[in-house]
Amino acid sequence: MFYRWPTATRLTVCLLALVCASCGKKYAAITLAGSTAFQPFAEKLAEEFMAQRSGVAITVQGGGSAVGIQSALSGVAQIGMADLVQLPPEAKELTSIVVARDGIAIIVNPANPIKDLSTVQVREIFEGKIGNWKDVGGTDKLITVVSREAGSGTRMSFEQLIGGIQLTRNAIIQDSSGTIRETVANDANAIGYLTHGVISQKVKPVTVDGVECTTAVIMASQYKLVRPVFFLTKGPATGAAKEFIDYVLSPEGQEIIKKNGLIPAQ
Amino acid sequence: MKFDRETNVQRLLLVIALSAITSLLLIAVFIFKEGVPFILQVGLRNFLLSSDWRPHAGKFGIYPMIVASLWVTFGAMLIGAPLGVAGAIFLNEFVPRTVMRVIKPTIELLAGIPSVVFGFIGVVVLAPLIRAHLGGPGLSVLAAAIVLGIMVLPTIISISTDAIAAVPQTYREGALALGATRWQAVHMVVVKAARSGIVASIILAMGRAVGETMAVIMVAGNAAKVPHSPLDSAQTLTATIALEMASATGMHRQALFATGVVLFVVIMVLNSIATVAVRRRIGKNSKR
Amino acid sequence: MRIPPKYTQMAAVALLGLATAVTLVVLLFIIVFVLDKGLPVVSWRFLFTNPQNMGRAGGIFPTLVGTVLLPLLAIAIAMPLGVGTAVYLTEYTRETQVTRVIRFGTDCLAGIPSIIFGLFGFIFFVVMLGFGWSLLSGGLTLAIMILPTIIRTSEEAIRAVPTSYREVSFSLGATRWETVIKVVLPNALPGIVTGVMLGIGRSISETAAVIFTAGSSLRLPHSAFDSVRTMAVHFYILAREGLSNENAYGTAAVLIVAVLMINLTAYWLMHRFIERRTK
Repeated sequence: MFYRWPTATRLTVCLLALVCASCGKKYAAITLAGSTAFQPFAEKLAEEFMAQRSGVAITVQGGGSAVGIQSALSGVAQIGMADLVQLPPEAKELTSIVVARDGIAIIVNPANPIKDLSTVQVREIFEGKIGNWKDVGGTDKLITVVSREAGSGTRMSFEQLIGGIQLTRNAIIQDSSGTIRETVANDANAIGYLTHGVISQKVKPVTVDGVECTTAVIMASQYKLVRPVFFLTKGPATGAAKEFIDYVLSPEGQEIIKKNGLIPAQ
Repeated sequence: MKFDRETNVQRLLLVIALSAITSLLLIAVFIFKEGVPFILQVGLRNFLLSSDWRPHAGKFGIYPMIVASLWVTFGAMLIGAPLGVAGAIFLNEFVPRTVMRVIKPTIELLAGIPSVVFGFIGVVVLAPLIRAHLGGPGLSVLAAAIVLGIMVLPTIISISTDAIAAVPQTYREGALALGATRWQAVHMVVVKAARSGIVASIILAMGRAVGETMAVIMVAGNAAKVPHSPLDSAQTLTATIALEMASATGMHRQALFATGVVLFVVIMVLNSIATVAVRRRIGKNSKR
Repeated sequence: MRIPPKYTQMAAVALLGLATAVTLVVLLFIIVFVLDKGLPVVSWRFLFTNPQNMGRAGGIFPTLVGTVLLPLLAIAIAMPLGVGTAVYLTEYTRETQVTRVIRFGTDCLAGIPSIIFGLFGFIFFVVMLGFGWSLLSGGLTLAIMILPTIIRTSEEAIRAVPTSYREVSFSLGATRWETVIKVVLPNALPGIVTGVMLGIGRSISETAAVIFTAGSSLRLPHSAFDSVRTMAVHFYILAREGLSNENAYGTAAVLIVAVLMINLTAYWLMHRFIERRTK
């Protein structure tokens, strides 16, 4: 009988069935939302957690650190993820736990002979005061500065840690670590920064004041450009959310974080 | 009985039309509600004419973005509209129907490709080409205009094609019977008859170009200054909103909504110009 | 001296042909580029397994599901609304200032950046109405986004139907509604389908609006209140965070093939419908 109805009616019935099928959720559901840089890590951790513990359904959303804070505040998400050096004032009411740390690496094109830059040089390049590679010992070419957008956690952390930068107006702005990597990989005169977990062969990291940006060095607290990743909850975490956070902080969870390119909380 | 159903149907359609319009109005209200108070507070002239965009220091001048958006959009239409309309005319009038049956779905296929893919290809293929052959950082107004122009092609071609195909065959036959060549029939009769559809496609495409975010962010470079040449990096109004909205609070956030208001106004102005231009041309060439 | 029309025709056709060739070459280049980089990654496993290891390995199955369900929902909402509005504006009202304003308004809304729709959807559907990140929030937001396109193209298509058709129908005693259903709409169908195709295309390729409303969950949806991830969003995340360019291209390749199949199916359905009617 179903097949005799006109297509439009059949379609509508199917859709209605889909909508109504939401009854009977037999499992605890947690939603995480926020930092897009940490989202893949959270998904991986959720994957492992759900493999071990049945009856819990974890959904991970992105949107950025600010969305993470807002979602935690409004209750749309049980856990907000934010990767900022300092949490903004509206996050004061939330309970925050550091679950990982992230190193920010400065990268140039592999064809660029420069291997090391001092903090002062980095600041002056990004401010536009040094405009040519030859002023820092490289070839006679104009520097193309590439940066993240104004609200990026990575950028805010970078600027704070380098020491208060006023970014030059000529800087090219890209909206994610991946595209910064592509931009620097394709432009011999570019310099940029990104989270060290996504460095690939296509770009070359430079040492800052002689210090490399690797996991070992960061864990020894010797590299300067490091920022924390926070999990935010409204009040102390309870129930399934607490179990998940405990898992993330456990040695197994931290090992997963380390294996995939981020740095354990400590 | 039939009459009752007629009035019921009419009422139902009215409800449908109203709900459609209402939802669209909701969005407009949403943007204006957040943005207008900000504009009143900061002052329209300051907002529109200052070149200083430093939200953390309380400076909100979007002049560079307005210039960038206009350049990128016009560039895109300069590339997309002639190619698109020419393509639509050629495919409809001078190409066998069977070939058309294959080409049209292929072109519409491109409407389904995410803007991020276009943007990505732009970063990986187009920007290096521009940098190597024309100079500048590659990520520029020109790159954005080209990518956008290509992105709006499917819209223009599909809708223009439909408009041209809808012109009754009798028009063409009449022109040919009067001794016109096929080209004369096309450009003197068919295109004029399909004019409203073609303009609709260009308007829709222009709207799409002005409002495009993802692809533009990836290839325009987003430098916050007024572009002085197509090879300069620039930041459009949409890019500003998309880049900073996720983390903006307070006045900064309102400023971004105000930018949305400006976008809305820019689109309204562009659309009015296009509509008036069409109406005037029709009036000039016909005795209606 | 006037150039003979024969030569202007040759010149014109050559120019038009050139423009078309340029267009086709560029468009084909994009398709070939993506397929070339992406198809090597695609396999049955790729299509039907879940992403693993943050998208670096494994497949994209959940995103396939999301890419099918979300645009479907959006069209199911937008098409009746859009076509109904277009019918009402053209058949049931006269050309007044009001209709002109409405048309103008819809055109303008076509230009609002998708991120604003996304924000609106987030604040209205996800938070205020409490739907959360879900198919429903995403579908409703996308429906509003594609509404202007569908209204405009349907309107143009309906207006293109010659008045004589309607007059003949009336003279045979049909009511306005019967005329619309049996005469106007079937003849306007190709144009309406174009609008629907463009709308589907837009829904499938949207990223900003979808992320803010339907979310980006990798789990299979059990109801309309579950979050989904579409292939476009998946590509965006993979490329953006620099996790796996190969898989990103693979996703894009699958996307292109999927859109092609959807478009071809829609055309086939439309032709069958027309053929059945003209028998």
